[in-house]
Amino acid sequence: MNAPVELHHFTLSATGEAGGEVTFQLGGRLSLDNLTAFLSAVEAETTRWQPRRLWWDLKGLEFLDTAATLMLHKLAADRRSAGIPCEFLHLSPEARRLFQLVRWEEFLAAAAPAPKKRPWFLERLGDWTLEIAADVSELITFVGGLILELLAVPFRPRRVRWGEVITAMKRVGVDGLPIITLLSFLLGLIVAFLSALQLKQFGANIYVADLTAIAMVQELGPIMTGVMVAGRSGSAFAAEIGTMKVNEEVDALATMGFDPVRFLAVPKVLASLVVLPLLTYYADLFGILGGMVVGFVSLDLTAYTFLKQVQASITLFDILYGTAKSLVFAVLIAGIGCQRGFQVRGGAEAVGAATTSAVVASIFMIIVMDSAFAVARQFLRPYTII
Amino acid sequence: MPAVITQSPREQPAAPPAREAVIVVENLTCAFGERVILEKVSFEVYRGEIFVVLGGSGCGKSTLLKHLIGLYPPAAGRIVVNGIDITSGDEQALARMRREIGVLFQSGALFGSMTLGQNVALPLEEYTDLPPEAIDLLVRLKLRLVNLAGFEDYLPEELSGGMKKRAGLARALALDPDLLFFDEPSAGLDPVTAVELDTLIKGLNAGLGATMVVVTHELQSIFNIAHRVIMLDKDAKGIIAEGDPFYLKEHSPDPRVVNFFNRRPSGG
Repeated sequence: MNAPVELHHFTLSATGEAGGEVTFQLGGRLSLDNLTAFLSAVEAETTRWQPRRLWWDLKGLEFLDTAATLMLHKLAADRRSAGIPCEFLHLSPEARRLFQLVRWEEFLAAAAPAPKKRPWFLERLGDWTLEIAADVSELITFVGGLILELLAVPFRPRRVRWGEVITAMKRVGVDGLPIITLLSFLLGLIVAFLSALQLKQFGANIYVADLTAIAMVQELGPIMTGVMVAGRSGSAFAAEIGTMKVNEEVDALATMGFDPVRFLAVPKVLASLVVLPLLTYYADLFGILGGMVVGFVSLDLTAYTFLKQVQASITLFDILYGTAKSLVFAVLIAGIGCQRGFQVRGGAEAVGAATTSAVVASIFMIIVMDSAFAVARQFLRPYTII
Repeated sequence: MPAVITQSPREQPAAPPAREAVIVVENLTCAFGERVILEKVSFEVYRGEIFVVLGGSGCGKSTLLKHLIGLYPPAAGRIVVNGIDITSGDEQALARMRREIGVLFQSGALFGSMTLGQNVALPLEEYTDLPPEAIDLLVRLKLRLVNLAGFEDYLPEELSGGMKKRAGLARALALDPDLLFFDEPSAGLDPVTAVELDTLIKGLNAGLGATMVVVTHELQSIFNIAHRVIMLDKDAKGIIAEGDPFYLKEHSPDPRVVNFFNRRPSGG
């Protein structure tokens, strides 16, 4: 809306003797529209006349609004503090009413609110640390509660809203297939290309298949799927629950006797637990296919040789390892998404912040947990027979 | 020698006649697609009065209000606000009209990411070139007019429902509009807060001389503040009564009107 500002008409004429008693005669309409011009006009006239005493004659004034009234008082107060006594003359009944409404004396009595003091660096650092500690403890409490709820599912399966689970599975899984297909295929392609460049030098072309397969199944498949699901669905969970929180729908659930976590979070986490491993296998498959295309096109490997090599390079342990990761990621992504949603206080902006924070925290946790898995694997591998 | 400063001389507006119509609605039809909410409604709102639009739930009160402030285009008819025809399809006219009105929405509609001070300052910063100190003073004045002095640095979420409404009113008052619209001002407020808000509306009407259009179905509010009312009805799809609420309560020939004002079920 860029409406032109209606400029109404005001007049300001000064009479009296320069350096002595001066009267400012005001006329016309004085309102928010022409206030800036009026302020500078008064400044100019004051400088020109240098009055020792000032009368403001409002006789000719046809219209005045609260903004103009306030500014008249402000101008007079500024002059009084500069040692020039000021007086208003000929107030119309409307002006008198506005003067009463504005009650300038109260403005003078009430000092301007002190601007909020910006805390010192150490204070902010402390606040920040406490905030993070509270956040982590809240997250742990929430995920803990969630896991207890999940453990209770096999014993009381009727408590779960399975309809919701199916809907969430569709949203997290089926709807995500196209993008995951494309991304994992390209990822496999990239890994294969990168390794092909190096391995070609040693005539070890065939090991491109091993590298692609191991990279996809052990690391890239679970991580990329996790990141994609965090971006697509973790954010959606946070936004959905956050908006419900703002609209008091979560409170409504609680007052109806439902546990909001069981009602809203459990179906989403269950759905993610089912869908994320499947998505991961799917990503692994397409990643390997991407590698196979590279092998086929630029390394003269046949599909049969490539797949045979892949089969030889991956063990059941690798697949289980990837599955375990994706299960942990599923709980993290869905859990963090829901928890950030439940944390929302306030309005639209808080929902946005929760969504961002859900994605950032999920991806961060995915990487952290992935590192933990890598370390754990070093100790686990020797004891496995599969 | 007197110095005369004259700024952008224009034609002086004519002195207002005794009952000058600020809003003129002619044969307004409001519809959502095929569903007609109001049909051929005509009325006028006069300068300086508190004009209340009332009626039972679903009769189209809020729809009418949204048409008056140009949020919904009418299916047919004409709306003239402050001499500006807002149904002509001229976007600029609509923008000019909106610059001259203030609207208090049902829940206050404060921007959640800004403090009260920033909420009130926003229109002042966007539409005027006043220096920051002047804007600061004006913000304090507006918040004080609605009894929220000292709450400049509060965020809307830190306030109660009644305070949010008052803050919304302060923002609506920011540009000194001479026409104010209120959508259900007392809905969701406790009786004491509701009466305080009514008193505030009356006080501002008297102090600022602003015209006010209030949509409500709270009987107490209506008797408290209204100078004149129109009553809408869902089945009639239009106005079934117009005038002074006290008179209508006792003397209306229409049982629907009498039932409404006397809190009687429509059967008896």
